[in-house]
Amino acid sequence: MEKKNKLLIVDDEAIIRQSLKAWFLEDGYEIDIAENAEEALKLYEKGKYDLILLDIKMPGMSGMDLLVKLKEFDPDAIIILITAYASVSSAVKALKSGAYDYITKPIDPDELSHLVKNALNQKNLKDENIQLKNSIEEIIKPDNLIGNSPKMKEVYSLIHTVSQTDTTVLILGDSGTGKELVAKAIHINSKRKYFPLVVVNCGALPESILESELFGHEKGAFTGAHYKRKGKFEMANGGTIFLDEIGTISQKVQIELLRVIETKEFMRVGGSESIKSDFRIIAATNENLLNLVNSGQFREDLYYRLNVFSITLPPLRERGDDILLLADYFLKKYSSAMNKKISSFDKEAIKFMREYYWPGNVRELENAIERAVVICHKDIITLDDLPFKVIQNVKEEPLTERSLDAIEKKHIQKILEDNNWNISKSAEELQIDRVTLYNKIKKYGLRKNN
Amino acid sequence: MTRVILAPINFDSYELLNEIISDLNEISKFEFEITPLNIDIKEAYSAERGQYNSTQILRIMIENIRDESSKVVGIVKYDLFIPVLTYVFGEAQLDGKFSIISIFRLHEEFYSGKSDNNLLKQRTIKEILHELGHTFGLIHCKDWDCVMHSSSSIEEVDIKGKNYCFNCRQKIEEKLRYY
Repeated sequence: MEKKNKLLIVDDEAIIRQSLKAWFLEDGYEIDIAENAEEALKLYEKGKYDLILLDIKMPGMSGMDLLVKLKEFDPDAIIILITAYASVSSAVKALKSGAYDYITKPIDPDELSHLVKNALNQKNLKDENIQLKNSIEEIIKPDNLIGNSPKMKEVYSLIHTVSQTDTTVLILGDSGTGKELVAKAIHINSKRKYFPLVVVNCGALPESILESELFGHEKGAFTGAHYKRKGKFEMANGGTIFLDEIGTISQKVQIELLRVIETKEFMRVGGSESIKSDFRIIAATNENLLNLVNSGQFREDLYYRLNVFSITLPPLRERGDDILLLADYFLKKYSSAMNKKISSFDKEAIKFMREYYWPGNVRELENAIERAVVICHKDIITLDDLPFKVIQNVKEEPLTERSLDAIEKKHIQKILEDNNWNISKSAEELQIDRVTLYNKIKKYGLRKNN
Repeated sequence: MTRVILAPINFDSYELLNEIISDLNEISKFEFEITPLNIDIKEAYSAERGQYNSTQILRIMIENIRDESSKVVGIVKYDLFIPVLTYVFGEAQLDGKFSIISIFRLHEEFYSGKSDNNLLKQRTIKEILHELGHTFGLIHCKDWDCVMHSSSSIEEVDIKGKNYCFNCRQKIEEKLRYY
């Protein structure tokens, strides 16, 4: 069980003590309050605190004097001073006397929250460091990173190895294989776990707003920018930024990204101050980045910056019994969410799930089970409850042809039909260009069936 | 199923509440219903700060609502504060019955000048579920995917998830068994 951090709030105003106590109770800290220095010292005699919030101006012994006393008693004490009026000289004096920081009332909640969390996280990490070095053999998995197949065990081993470092990671794998879950697993097993994992879906971001989204903007940076806004890189400070669908970003953004990765510095839009952020990068793609590099669509220098350590996720069809473990997990998840009492799958449904090709991988399986739970009226999922497309695909006859040409012809015909003979879509799915596809249609004499 | 009353106070964005209610029901398994709350919250207003004191609004709600059977989430359009902080998005009675949220700082116009109704809906859902979670005794969760993760800035509201994580959901279900 995780240790609760102990906080002491010292302020002569009852309303300030109470509102700070209520605010920090929501973080799960153990809180004591004192209305003056004498009371604070008495409490401190009973045991140390992880962090002390101290009002400077109090009747009797001032906060500054109390700071000096507490530091004599406990040199490691983290003390944050609070005052109603900020002055440079008092701030300097506080910091020289060993205060961790100095804030002015009323306090910006974001500033207070980060100040306290950062201070405590540093302390907790220091305490945990020795344990971490020796104890982790197994990784902590996010709820739905499930599977015991040899290929997934290999993935867990890679996650374990890389999470102990700060190396940039590139996650490769088809759509729906769980790339974001792997990023999350790396993050929560790393020393950055107390800080955010910021997810950026590069494919969903129009280039026009990307700059402001990634780097933030200052108040007044453009019409309507009424308020300062932090960007994703700033939000990821201390933590991890996960750049999904990295293969889709434009050349312009690639240059900016390369610069930020190299310097860990950037400016908010409309700002003049350079902001430093300490983040770890995990990128993911379902595209062949090396092909994009060879065709000039992706910068080679950026590719090597990102591909320091890569993890490739297997498609679901190569994960054996993981399919059933996952199906069971999704069944429990959706039965509970929909208040249904469905306990399992019948033999036929299990057979079909094992044999199906699962082109959409885990995401497709999850959708299939969700839909099955919606329409199932018994206590067991049968073949009829599974989506039509899944069943149809399983029942397809096995390949009887032996020559490569015959298999290619059949495969192209199928992809064309699946895409209603849309040449661009089919070419994209087949990962060939449109001209090559036209040539193959001509070569095999393929025609659209009515 | 646990009933949760969404209680708009001097509120005019009913369209927003009607739009989010089905999402709320689906995500949380609570049964949300909208019941406007006709109470006078003038005394919670601070002319000096131009904001409403959320702790005082909670007190007025407690004094005026006698329904023992449900949790109540007050919703206002005003900017909220607690005395030591410049603003809050909301406040709740930890392990209690009442909570309050403000949509004042959930509007994207407040930050970038651009209106984004979808973002407003997502943020409102997260804030309601977050404060409601506190009334079930939940403290801030370390998981950034969980709606109970602390969020003291709008950027943090946006990057956290809108569902309770497995552990937080379990804790709520345990609480519900005692009701």
